[in-house]
Amino acid sequence: METEAPSMENPKISAYYQTRLAHFGVVSTEWLAQAQSATNPNPPLPSSSTNSHTDKDTNFSVIDEFNRWRNHPDLAEAVAAIRALAAVISASKASTMMQLEIELKNASDTLKAWDTTSISLTAASDLFMRYVTRTSALEFEDFNSAKARLIERADKFGEISYKARKIIGMLSQDFIFDGCTILVHGFSRVVFEVLKLAAHNKKRFRVFCTEGRPDRTGLRLSNDLAKLDVPVKLVIDSAVAYTMDEVDMVLVGADGVVESGGIINMMGTYQIALVAKSMNKPVYVAAESYKFARHYPLDQKDLAPALRPVDFGVPIPSKVEVECSARDYTPPQYLTLLFTDLGVLTPSVVSDELIQLYL
Amino acid sequence: MDARRPPRAVIDPKVRTVGFFTPPDPIQFDSNSLSPVMIPPPCHSSENLDLHSPPSVTPPSGDESVSVTGSYNGSSSELFPAPMSPALSQKIVAGDGGVGGGIVASSFPRGGGVPVCKLTTVSVVNTDSFAFDERDKPNKGGGSSMEVKDQAMNSKQKNEKSSKAERRALQEAQRAAKAEGNKATGTVTSGNLKSAKATKPPQKVDNTSVAASEKKGVDRPSEKDRKKDVPHPRMQYDDKSRVEKAKRRAVVNHTESRNRVELFRHLPQYEHGSQLPDLEAKFFQLEPVHPSVYKVGLQYLSGDISGGNARCIAMLQAFQDAIKDYTVPPEKTLVRDLTAKISSYVSFLIECRPLSISMGNAIRFLKSQIAKLPLTLSESESKTSLQSDIERFIYEKIILADKVIVEHAVTKIRDGDVLLTYGSSSAVEMILLRAHELGKQFQVVVVDSRPSLKGKLLLRRLVEKGLTCTYTHINAVSFIMHEVTRVFLGASSVLSNGTVYSGVGTASVAMVAHAFHVPVIVCCEAFKFHERVQLDSICSNELGDPDVISKVSGRGDVNHLDAWANAENLQLLNLIYDATPSDYVSIIVTDYGMIPPTSVPVVVREYSREQVWI
Repeated sequence: METEAPSMENPKISAYYQTRLAHFGVVSTEWLAQAQSATNPNPPLPSSSTNSHTDKDTNFSVIDEFNRWRNHPDLAEAVAAIRALAAVISASKASTMMQLEIELKNASDTLKAWDTTSISLTAASDLFMRYVTRTSALEFEDFNSAKARLIERADKFGEISYKARKIIGMLSQDFIFDGCTILVHGFSRVVFEVLKLAAHNKKRFRVFCTEGRPDRTGLRLSNDLAKLDVPVKLVIDSAVAYTMDEVDMVLVGADGVVESGGIINMMGTYQIALVAKSMNKPVYVAAESYKFARHYPLDQKDLAPALRPVDFGVPIPSKVEVECSARDYTPPQYLTLLFTDLGVLTPSVVSDELIQLYL
Repeated sequence: MDARRPPRAVIDPKVRTVGFFTPPDPIQFDSNSLSPVMIPPPCHSSENLDLHSPPSVTPPSGDESVSVTGSYNGSSSELFPAPMSPALSQKIVAGDGGVGGGIVASSFPRGGGVPVCKLTTVSVVNTDSFAFDERDKPNKGGGSSMEVKDQAMNSKQKNEKSSKAERRALQEAQRAAKAEGNKATGTVTSGNLKSAKATKPPQKVDNTSVAASEKKGVDRPSEKDRKKDVPHPRMQYDDKSRVEKAKRRAVVNHTESRNRVELFRHLPQYEHGSQLPDLEAKFFQLEPVHPSVYKVGLQYLSGDISGGNARCIAMLQAFQDAIKDYTVPPEKTLVRDLTAKISSYVSFLIECRPLSISMGNAIRFLKSQIAKLPLTLSESESKTSLQSDIERFIYEKIILADKVIVEHAVTKIRDGDVLLTYGSSSAVEMILLRAHELGKQFQVVVVDSRPSLKGKLLLRRLVEKGLTCTYTHINAVSFIMHEVTRVFLGASSVLSNGTVYSGVGTASVAMVAHAFHVPVIVCCEAFKFHERVQLDSICSNELGDPDVISKVSGRGDVNHLDAWANAENLQLLNLIYDATPSDYVSIIVTDYGMIPPTSVPVVVREYSREQVWI
């Protein structure tokens, strides 16, 4: 936990990436520096501190709850947020529906403020709010039963989100055939789940992992896959076009799925999608449905920036600029299908789902 | 398209052969060869109708709605003397209120195996009025509610058939001479069905379905079958006979222009500017058309009001006035009569200038609101309710929607942007002004095109507010596109397959933007969405005045085309709209948020559902 605290001192660095760094301790120079600075007692996260102050009287801090859930490395951040919000409802001492909704909104805003760059967090919070409050039962029942209903829906949403990965894994099995070669970019736990299940089902396939600089996701993924006895080949990011001939499909996860049907994912995804499209290879995205966000970027610069310092291993002179954006936007025309817990969908369905939920 | 097709009468899908089943004998009449399937001579009722149809042509369009039911009730009953086969044929008097004059329609089964007459929907307004005045006068004003009261007919049949018999014989003789006017057209409402409006198909289908129900059950199956085969009911203007019919009914006397473009013969093309003085003179004489509606029609005709939102709002406000002054005639129900009256106004407006798709949606909304009026409301309550509905529609769907669109779209404008816009769209103008108010630093490129040069007015308004603008002609759009970061376009309508139907030239600008990877943002209110699908700009469009192409204002020396009409092989084409494929559109900003072009049918589905709740 301590390693997250310094992230708030440098708000430009996405907390999301800080977390992942913490969970998957690949030692980097920054990590070392942060670990050293962590020896100082750090002030608690500013947002959570204000939150805990205001919540002192209620003895409940949504951020604490969130962090408690988030510690588990397997749990997606968004699911942790959903669970935390569900806990807010249970622990709430409100006596009217309006009050409860206001509390929920405040909690949701706090969570979003914790990491403004995380799309899935924002999307999941918003979807949770819509899903939970969109029940007609709220009008008629007395408060306690309405609250129980809300808790029920919240838990259900949490369950769905938690199980989303398994559902996606099952749905994608049909697309992995014997003898296929899959190109994977970025370490998405959903994608890993898909591959794990395929290996478990005794499918014969091999995986090309991109190195994934600067996160070195490729290294981690290849480690995990090797443990599953899946043939893995590491390719550096520049060699994607070179190896694209041998690849049968590209499989990536997503940080967020936007309204146009495109995805926001780790830097390099757009590049790979472009190459795949020009060589007629399908690009599949495995993403849970709570990642559907109401953004609509028109080009790369339309995203909210999420910065990730790049470590080149050697010191860079100060007048040289470094592009340290951590993610890019892949437009929907380069994607073939989305594997979601709602089913296997085409990119145009995202807007359909969002309209139905929000209108 | 090939050269002018032969008159379509034979294969005309609107032709309905009704009655007892023998196909019509093509060589019935010597006179008119245009349509072999004409009403055969021994059809007495047709004579009867026919005799009266000329007088019915003269009164202005509004009258028909008034006397339709009357004529309906009157005519059919008398027309069958005992010798005729007892099975009744009914004259279908349909004609949704607006269309004048009338074409014949008669369909009656014949006892003797005489060729069957065709059914046409007729609005034979005054024809039978003097035949049965005592009954008809009070019945006037039924509008499109042509209910056939079979029992009534039967009883009347016996009453007056003697007097009718001799008249019938007389009319028969005259009928033979008047073959020309008696073409059976599918619907008399063909004049209304020009640019496919959402109102029109339901209207027409209503007419034909009422027609179907009016006929005796015998004819019903064939009618319904044929209705299924009937293509989308838009009047095709290359069918000469129908054009003539429409002209006879018309209030506004258009003269067809010379040298019509072959590819667009299915669209109306008239000489512009010739009717305005004429109509202005008639302003105080046309009672059936409410003065506000008349005024709006004239404004359309002269081009004073242009632009989708402006036209729609003007029309709705005119309807508000008309409803305010409306009183239900005795013996009529408000719902039906008012619907018919609105339909007559609509057809008048169409004659002035074809409706845009958004206007069609607004009319459909109004008619559904009228239809949903509870019967328990008094007349004044209904009128106030309708007026407030219209007010709410204008406010929610246009004014408020524009505000929402502006708020969404300004988030897409960043500092340092170069924004390109084409033509003059009210939504885009509001967006640019709002972004400027918010202090964003950007430049605007206004692209314009002849002959309308609407961009000049937009440019003037933007420069007044202090925006940095560049003005150029559409020829230069590929030249400047590399500097542009965003393209904002307005739309007259967005169709279900994501096609954007907008002013001519929009498609070219969007295509060039796509080629340069510049995102194209289309701003359109949700009430302009339509479930129609259009694949090209040809099958449905509007033709403007070709003369403006040959003249360049301020350049008297450019007069090479002054005598263009005399050249046999020269045709000038002035298209008003074009269709932009959905591939070129990146995002559509509506009052429902920012959606991709593939989600338009979703919004249409949700939107129409919401209308039910209103």
